[in-house]
Amino acid sequence: MSALLESLIELIRRTSAELPDDVNAALVRSLEQEKKGTIAESALKIIERNIELAKRKSQPLCQDTGSVIFYVECPLGLDQITFEETAREAVKQATKRGYLRQNSVDSVTGKNDGTNTGPGAPVVHFHQHRSAETHVRLILKGGGCENVGAQYSLPAEKLHANRDLDGCRKVILDAVLQAQGKGCGPGILGVCIGGDRATGYEFSKQQFLRKLGDRNPDATLDALEQDILKTANELGIGPMGFGGKTTLLGVKICAANRVPASFFVSVSYMCWAYRRQGLTLNSDSSIAGWLY
Amino acid sequence: MATLTTPISEATIRALKVGDEVHITGTLYTGRDAVHKYLHEGGQLPPEVKLDGGILYHCGPVMLKQDDGTWKCTAAGPTTSIREEPYQAQVIGDFGLRGVIGKGGMGEKTLAGCKEHGCVYLHAIGGAAQVLAECVTRVKGVYLLEEFGSPEAIWELEVVNFPAVVTMDSHGNSLHREVLAASQAELAKRL
Repeated sequence: MSALLESLIELIRRTSAELPDDVNAALVRSLEQEKKGTIAESALKIIERNIELAKRKSQPLCQDTGSVIFYVECPLGLDQITFEETAREAVKQATKRGYLRQNSVDSVTGKNDGTNTGPGAPVVHFHQHRSAETHVRLILKGGGCENVGAQYSLPAEKLHANRDLDGCRKVILDAVLQAQGKGCGPGILGVCIGGDRATGYEFSKQQFLRKLGDRNPDATLDALEQDILKTANELGIGPMGFGGKTTLLGVKICAANRVPASFFVSVSYMCWAYRRQGLTLNSDSSIAGWLY
Repeated sequence: MATLTTPISEATIRALKVGDEVHITGTLYTGRDAVHKYLHEGGQLPPEVKLDGGILYHCGPVMLKQDDGTWKCTAAGPTTSIREEPYQAQVIGDFGLRGVIGKGGMGEKTLAGCKEHGCVYLHAIGGAAQVLAECVTRVKGVYLLEEFGSPEAIWELEVVNFPAVVTMDSHGNSLHREVLAASQAELAKRL
């Protein structure tokens, strides 16, 4: 087995079974804040126990192993074709070992061949950079939370949302309201203001690569992130939509240019089982270190 | 905390109310998108699947086949239930279900079905695949595996102390409706 294949299988295993430290810490804080004796507190206690069990048993945190999305930052000259082929093989092997559920369905025939590979599965995004290092990040994006994502086109008359930041705020909060507990809250929002329909969603998902505790370098977007987080947690939707204090664990927003005719706001929702991990590769493709 | 043991009587179900935490012991059958569509379109259940007085679980587990041919359940959390809203009330009535386990809650049609037939919606903790898989003591069988694939097949699971919360009862009450209305009112104050 090649070193790259081994490293990618280990990346999948760890992503599937272990919640990153920043997310775990946020969940521990939310458990401390919930009122004792409520079903919200019970839900978070089960979540805590689940995180510990999955890590100890090296098994999927959530049975919906979701869409497998790789983000690769690589130096000039990396053989992307071989890398992508190896990533597909790693997904197949990880599925055989039970790190991933057999989760990929042919959309026309309805057949699931059990390999988790096919058109668009897995997704591998490459981005070249002027560094000698290769970083591979992986997100396993569950279907329940993917289904509550939303894309708004401003102006949105019913929500009185105009083409300005206040309009963006209104539609993002509407997405939180519509999601209720269906996306397995407490959740994390990734938002893109602008872009086209495809890049809007793509960039909104890339926000999930940020650490929960970071702050947006853009002061305007930072203020909007903090405001949405605070407001959402005042709505009382709570863990699993049971009612309670923690509806969101984080909000991450970016902006992309738009054409004058379009103003999209794209909202991706990540469940509490926020499976995101990354590694840096050595020159021999063994694992040099972990990114989260 | 109440323990529900399958098969469950109507009286037991009628005594439950929204917010009650329960433990379930006995047999659960999984069934999700493909199964609901199949039953709605008149598909027949294999004779081994006994839903009367039983519980249907919206779940697509991770199953590994052991060397001896038996199955091991390694992850078994709930999937989003609302997708079954068009079918659920009919399935409850046709097959005599006393409970439906899932996540995210269901709508008015299912709520009415629960009231009419004596059934409750039990909310499991979404994403808690390991805690819930630990409650599965044995995989007793699998049906329609070839037709629907592993996540969509009907798995017969023996469970002990499977935790869930009643979020829709058989008296027309829904925690999901309450939380939606309250959160809508709170949001209106903040726009």
